[in-house]
Amino acid sequence: MTAPKRTPLFDAHVASGAKMVDFAGWEMPIHYGSQLKEHEIVRSDAGMFDVSHMTVVDITGSDAKAWLQKLIANDVAKLGFEGKALYSGMLNEQGGVVDDLIVYLTAFGYRMVVNAGTTDKDLAWMAKQSAGFDVTLQVRRDLAMLAVQGPTAIDKVCSVKPALADAIRALKVFQGLPSGEWFFARTGYTGEDGLEIMIPATEAITFFNELKDAGVAPIGLGARDTLRLEAGMNLYGHDMDDGVSPLEAGMGWTIAMTEGRDFIGRSALEAQKAAGVAMKQVGLVLEGRGVLREGQKVVVDGIGEGIITSGTFSPTLKHSIAIARVPAATAATAQVDLRGTLTDVRVVKMPFVRNGKKVFE
Amino acid sequence: MSNIPAELKYVSSHEWLRLEADGSVTVGITEHAQELLGDIVFVELPAVGANLAAEEQAGVVESVKAASDVYAPIAGEILAVNAELEANPELANSEPYAAGWFFKIKPANAADLDGLLDAAAYAAEIGA
Repeated sequence: MTAPKRTPLFDAHVASGAKMVDFAGWEMPIHYGSQLKEHEIVRSDAGMFDVSHMTVVDITGSDAKAWLQKLIANDVAKLGFEGKALYSGMLNEQGGVVDDLIVYLTAFGYRMVVNAGTTDKDLAWMAKQSAGFDVTLQVRRDLAMLAVQGPTAIDKVCSVKPALADAIRALKVFQGLPSGEWFFARTGYTGEDGLEIMIPATEAITFFNELKDAGVAPIGLGARDTLRLEAGMNLYGHDMDDGVSPLEAGMGWTIAMTEGRDFIGRSALEAQKAAGVAMKQVGLVLEGRGVLREGQKVVVDGIGEGIITSGTFSPTLKHSIAIARVPAATAATAQVDLRGTLTDVRVVKMPFVRNGKKVFE
Repeated sequence: MSNIPAELKYVSSHEWLRLEADGSVTVGITEHAQELLGDIVFVELPAVGANLAAEEQAGVVESVKAASDVYAPIAGEILAVNAELEANPELANSEPYAAGWFFKIKPANAADLDGLLDAAAYAAEIGA
């Protein structure tokens, strides 16, 4: 058993009173006192998450575009200008999800951010798929990454980086800005406005402390999970994985069926569509007592069964919510096996919360 | 370091017991238990008047992270439950030995308390 890895911000977490846990082989903060309070801070003010455990991969070479058009299910041809970001699944030949990722168009080529827990598998997969392409991959472990999220997040980052404030404020959603070795992107995983910022590792703790002084609270992985779940965003390894089709995991919108583009997994997805996709991803809402949890069985009367892929108590809504994979014919209601009791739940379209407010009917 | 008051009794399923002057016993979950659970969002308490056996399920505590059963640490009749805790489950996090109590039980046999863990034994059990 190897010791868990530490991000460049490890000492700052400990100094901020974090409870550290092992997450995908990394020693990461789960909370700094109360997960619920941290959640509330991101919905109402500004918080920062260390996401340095995720992996940044820079892609160069004359075939970089053609290679990415084969490698991922969304089409990098949509990236119309430098800094623009695209969310995509990277699929296997069977149409399962190897990982979900963000890719940016950059001056040197492309920059990709993949999940921590899948990094080794992803890099092996990408190396295998690069045969015959002029493409070079560089893993950027010299960068730390901090997500600053919440309604006041951009203001507070600008107060710390006044020279870049105008350029940061001009960023549109899913757009990034390089500044030397730094990179500011208006992206996130919370359903709030904010930035994901790549930072030279040696400067990470100073920036973290400056943000803290500017009133940005450190937020742990616990609140990161409840925030993304309220935002209806998938978590790899839970809501989808190598054996789950993106068509059954709410990722249909990320698949670009551009004519003639032969991406990995395309033929499998076409076959699924022709045969009829059996399952779909939905949101579940339990307004009474109890908490929906991952792995609980969903029963849809007269139709079939499904499963909860992520569930929690929603701190914003004060009741439980879940992401589930259910039979495609599921309508407005279902039941969940809640510790032995079949309990009625509502089936809704996600997200549950955006910009601090409930959004489903 | 967990707070483990010396005047209380404990069981290894992380409930504490306090013998009151009238012979009733107040029960809650320990500070260590609430730390393990994290933010508590729901509690389910037993019915007043219920007769429970020792180690019988007496309720459920649900945190953001997990659901966990609460057990009757001794046999007896439920005399009262903490309605304020049902309305404000976070009391089990903030004041586990005071306002966050779960229920009061009338011991079927007062001597049952004697066999339970004292603070030092519970501390050893949780490695504190």
